[in-house]
Amino acid sequence: MKMKKVLSLALAAAMALSLAACGNGGGGASSGQPSCGASSSEPSGGASSSTPAPAPTGELITVGVINNDPNESGYRTANDAAMRATFTEENGYKTTFFNNNDAAQQIATAQQMVQDEVDFLLLSPASTTGWDTVLKDAQDAGTQVILFDRMLEADESMYAAAVVSDMPAEGKTAVDWLAAQGLDEYNIIHIQGHMGSDAQLGRTGALDEKVAAEASWNYVAQQTADWDEATARTITQSVIDSGKPFNVIYAENNGMARGAVAALDAAGITHGKGGDVIVMGFDSDKWAFEAVLEGSWNYMGLCNPLQADTVDSIIKDLMAGKAPAQKIIYTPEQGFDCDTLTQADVDTYGT
Amino acid sequence: MTTPVKNPETQVRRPDESLWKRLTRQQLFIPVAALVLLVLFNLIADPTFFTVSVKENSLGNPVLSGNMVSVLDNASELVILAIGMTLVTASSGGQDISVGATMTIAGSVILRLVCGGQAAADTMQMNLFLAVLIGIVVTALFGAFNGTLVAYFNIQPMVATLIMYTAGRSIAAWINNNQLPIINDVAFKYAGTFLPGIPVPTPIFITALMVLVFWLVLKFTNLGLYTQSVGINPNSSRLNGLNPKMIKLLTYVILGVCVAVAGYIRISRSGSINYSRNAENIEMDAILAVALGGNALSGGKFNIYGSILGAYVIQFLTTTLYKYEVPSTALPAYKAVVVILLVVLSAPVVREKLSSMKKAPVKAVKEVS
Amino acid sequence: MREGAVLEMRGICKYFPGVRALQDVDFTLREGEIHALMGENGAGKSTLIKVLTGVYPKDGGEVHIKGIDGAAVIRSPQDAQNAGISTVYQEITLCPNLTVAENMYIGRTKGAGANWKAMNAGAGKILESLGIPASPRQQLGSCSIAVQQMVAIARAVDMECKVLILDEPTSSLDEQEVVKLFGLMRDLKAKGVGIIFVTHFLEQVYEVCDRITVLRDGQLVGEYVIEDLPRVQLVSKMLGKELDDMADIKGETGGQAVSQEGAPVLEAQGLCSSAGIKPFDFSIRKGEVNGFTGLLGSGRSECVRAIFGADHVTAGTVKMDGREARIKKPLDAMRQGIGYLPEDRKGDGIVGDLSVRENIILALQVMKGFFRPFSRAQAEAFADEYIKLLEIKTASADTPIKSLSGGNQQKCILARWLLTDPKYLILDEPTRGIDIGTKIEIQKLVLKLASEGKSVTFISSEIDEMLRTCSRLVVMRDRKAVGELNGEDLTQSKIMATIAGGDEK
Repeated sequence: MKMKKVLSLALAAAMALSLAACGNGGGGASSGQPSCGASSSEPSGGASSSTPAPAPTGELITVGVINNDPNESGYRTANDAAMRATFTEENGYKTTFFNNNDAAQQIATAQQMVQDEVDFLLLSPASTTGWDTVLKDAQDAGTQVILFDRMLEADESMYAAAVVSDMPAEGKTAVDWLAAQGLDEYNIIHIQGHMGSDAQLGRTGALDEKVAAEASWNYVAQQTADWDEATARTITQSVIDSGKPFNVIYAENNGMARGAVAALDAAGITHGKGGDVIVMGFDSDKWAFEAVLEGSWNYMGLCNPLQADTVDSIIKDLMAGKAPAQKIIYTPEQGFDCDTLTQADVDTYGT
Repeated sequence: MTTPVKNPETQVRRPDESLWKRLTRQQLFIPVAALVLLVLFNLIADPTFFTVSVKENSLGNPVLSGNMVSVLDNASELVILAIGMTLVTASSGGQDISVGATMTIAGSVILRLVCGGQAAADTMQMNLFLAVLIGIVVTALFGAFNGTLVAYFNIQPMVATLIMYTAGRSIAAWINNNQLPIINDVAFKYAGTFLPGIPVPTPIFITALMVLVFWLVLKFTNLGLYTQSVGINPNSSRLNGLNPKMIKLLTYVILGVCVAVAGYIRISRSGSINYSRNAENIEMDAILAVALGGNALSGGKFNIYGSILGAYVIQFLTTTLYKYEVPSTALPAYKAVVVILLVVLSAPVVREKLSSMKKAPVKAVKEVS
Repeated sequence: MREGAVLEMRGICKYFPGVRALQDVDFTLREGEIHALMGENGAGKSTLIKVLTGVYPKDGGEVHIKGIDGAAVIRSPQDAQNAGISTVYQEITLCPNLTVAENMYIGRTKGAGANWKAMNAGAGKILESLGIPASPRQQLGSCSIAVQQMVAIARAVDMECKVLILDEPTSSLDEQEVVKLFGLMRDLKAKGVGIIFVTHFLEQVYEVCDRITVLRDGQLVGEYVIEDLPRVQLVSKMLGKELDDMADIKGETGGQAVSQEGAPVLEAQGLCSSAGIKPFDFSIRKGEVNGFTGLLGSGRSECVRAIFGADHVTAGTVKMDGREARIKKPLDAMRQGIGYLPEDRKGDGIVGDLSVRENIILALQVMKGFFRPFSRAQAEAFADEYIKLLEIKTASADTPIKSLSGGNQQKCILARWLLTDPKYLILDEPTRGIDIGTKIEIQKLVLKLASEGKSVTFISSEIDEMLRTCSRLVVMRDRKAVGELNGEDLTQSKIMATIAGGDEK
């Protein structure tokens, strides 16, 4: 009995230790990767707030960064990593990070950051609404708000700048590319992202419009896989099992495209360059670029996750008294297809 | 462990009992009835649902394809989890809600090992068997952690496993330094897709193997008797020489092993992982499978075959809903309605009513659909 | 309805799968009488009461209640309560985490609001008038079982019931508490309440009851005025056969003397456990039957639990057959050849949802080991053997044990330990709450085991029973062994005196 009790205690202790180790390990990673506790509700900016490292020049700019869960997708992982790599003490920032996919928690934390009188609040909102109070409080407190990656519903005067991807444009670029392929008939499996998200609305909008307008464009299936690869695979598999003909897979991110391709492979349906089915994905994952390069996929709409540098220069400008030329700054983006993609592009844009 | 079909209650019966009454009292009545209804529905609505054809996959192997193959294939993770969940439920009268998160941990560990820490690997950096074995050990340890909290610290299972439910996905991400590694080695995907030359999806074989293993374990050990005894009355069990805490802990470790196998199947389907979406909400389906199988979620007597059948019913339902292109946003709602019906029907009160409806048995069945 | 009757049940039938629990049973309760409902376990007493209180729907017959025209419709316990029928069960069915007053008023407040002050005052008054030593604001769980039982009665009384059902109310009470309870019952009787009293204690029936209704095998044997039915006849009516009372058992006690010599099977020294007993010495010889006696809470159960390793043993040594034995947990004791039938059959003995067969083989199976399960055929053979040997009444070996009557459940637990072929068998209250027939069978079995060379410790609240079976008694008081009686000293008066501590100091 006693022996077993001791054993079990030791086990529990070991588990607790491994959890603690995880908290430290992530923060100390050289690549500036976020700590594993990043999705938990406590701000994990321990490195900047607790260590009294000397500032390079003058006083540090205090920044609060509110972002989504880095584990959500490869896109988000890259986005979050870039933010963490940019807003460091070496670059003159004292930063608090908060990662959560729950808008309510984001709002509560933002409120707290405004009360703590951060100089800048960098926001990637999980939902487009509900931010009015925060934005107003921020204005009253003299905190400047910069949106990155995602927009929210508010008057332009409520924030200093927004560095975002133009999702409708991404969708339009992709649909235009698809139309240029000149197929007789477009039978599309449309795998959507998380319903209501900026990316889903933009990327779905363009395609919906085209399908409604053109008689030769049809949906074989239009379902959400909620950014999940396994669900995308199941949806595609289900269409294959039902025997309905299709020739396009329009997946709203790379992970879901990958899931769909797994289903195609299992059924022996050819895809990509010269294949029966056109495969389209979005975002910036390096492996997806490589799939396009190999000709296994046809198209990838680049959605640039690296807004950190742009945000950084806007802040520096604002500190110097220069307002940005325009409020909404779109990150440079384009579509790549298997005929034109080069290894150089992969190295430049792949994350 | 009693054999599943010989339900003790049905053996004691009055001679005037109708077949219907005896049938409805069977523990497996609800899952079997649900399965029959789903089959009937699909037969009537579109018989091609059951078409199985041979295709050639991208590697040039002949493979079976069709909805039924998809059901059996996609249910694999759920079936394996349901087995472990049944044991945990029986011994501790509660459920482990962290299985989706720990499946992700298992997947993350295996991927990290086979990728050798690289973001993408074209060949496996470690013997796959060894990597999976390490994955099994890791999740068995997490199972032991959960089990320790439940058995030795007397924490409600749902609360105890809430810790891993919350932290598990972050731990999984940390294991790979927050990268999303990808393995492109064809051999890695054998377990989640097809073995060369074999037309049946490998997960079906793995699941069959797991079911066989548990059938043997239940037959050749006292796992069944002990877990049930501990779940029903821990005091009596202790006075009969059992160690209820050890047995509870054991069931959580066994679930941990099941989790690793399921996690391995899941990641080997694609060779990559998404920490926040991988096997999301699968714990709910696993618990549901246990309930659908006619097992009391408060523990005690169990029928593992009921849970397995329950898992297949859930997958059958999901596949059917996909097949009829239920609007994507409404899919969970449809599933919920069917689930509520099934669970209400398996409630003892309703079953009592059901079995007394021998005059209009046909009507009663129709209500289910 | 008959003149003066408050309750009449006519032709009540109730079936369970495979069992006719009640067949055409009549029962009449008059105003201001205490009416004993007697029968062996499985005779249908509990079923009749559950039908009356709406727990089970009846399959036939009518119930008439004074003040209600036509047949009363009782579909739920709530209906029964509304019709003026209150029940106090053997097992306390109140909420231990609520206060005494809350328990007395729970489910009875009208409307949403609750006036706690008035409730506490009201409860205090009733408790005082009934002489129940509990404060209304006290948590029920902190009261003794006896007081909890009385609170349950107080609750029933306060609901101004016409019919009060007491189902084995005395089985966990000590003698003084029983006297108090009887006082309470007589008061209520004087107020015109009809009381149905279900018990196994014959003495109590003759002390307090006016009439007796006897059931057997789900059928009515008859209703008798107490003066017309001597004890022996009552027993024979319950058993359905002429019984030479307890005489034949007494005749067999000659065997006791044999065991006074020889080496001890078990020897414990300075044994002490976390359950709070004082260190005690104990030994038992081959073929000896000994007993622990004392009032409830005197520590007699804790002693045997320490021997079996059921509680955490903190000090002391145990020798089996002269060799030192480490007994830290029940399995150690089982491996040494000790068996233990616990006091709380439902809580510690049976594994309710498992079948009779699984319950019988459980202990032996555990001893055999995790990786060596008995084959189905072997388990069936074991179960069938003991079902036959102990005459366990069950539909089949596959029936869940919880659906058996108390006495038959106890026989299954006995079978479980007999199957392990123990050298030393501890039986803690094996006869509590079970019928006379089974009681006698168990006593006979104990003597038979002793004659076969097994050692037995037999604990019972009924001193008669102990006298009949034991050759030596350890007397406990205040968690301490205060005396050992044997031979000439084994008389009721001597035991009482030792328990009370009269002749010490």
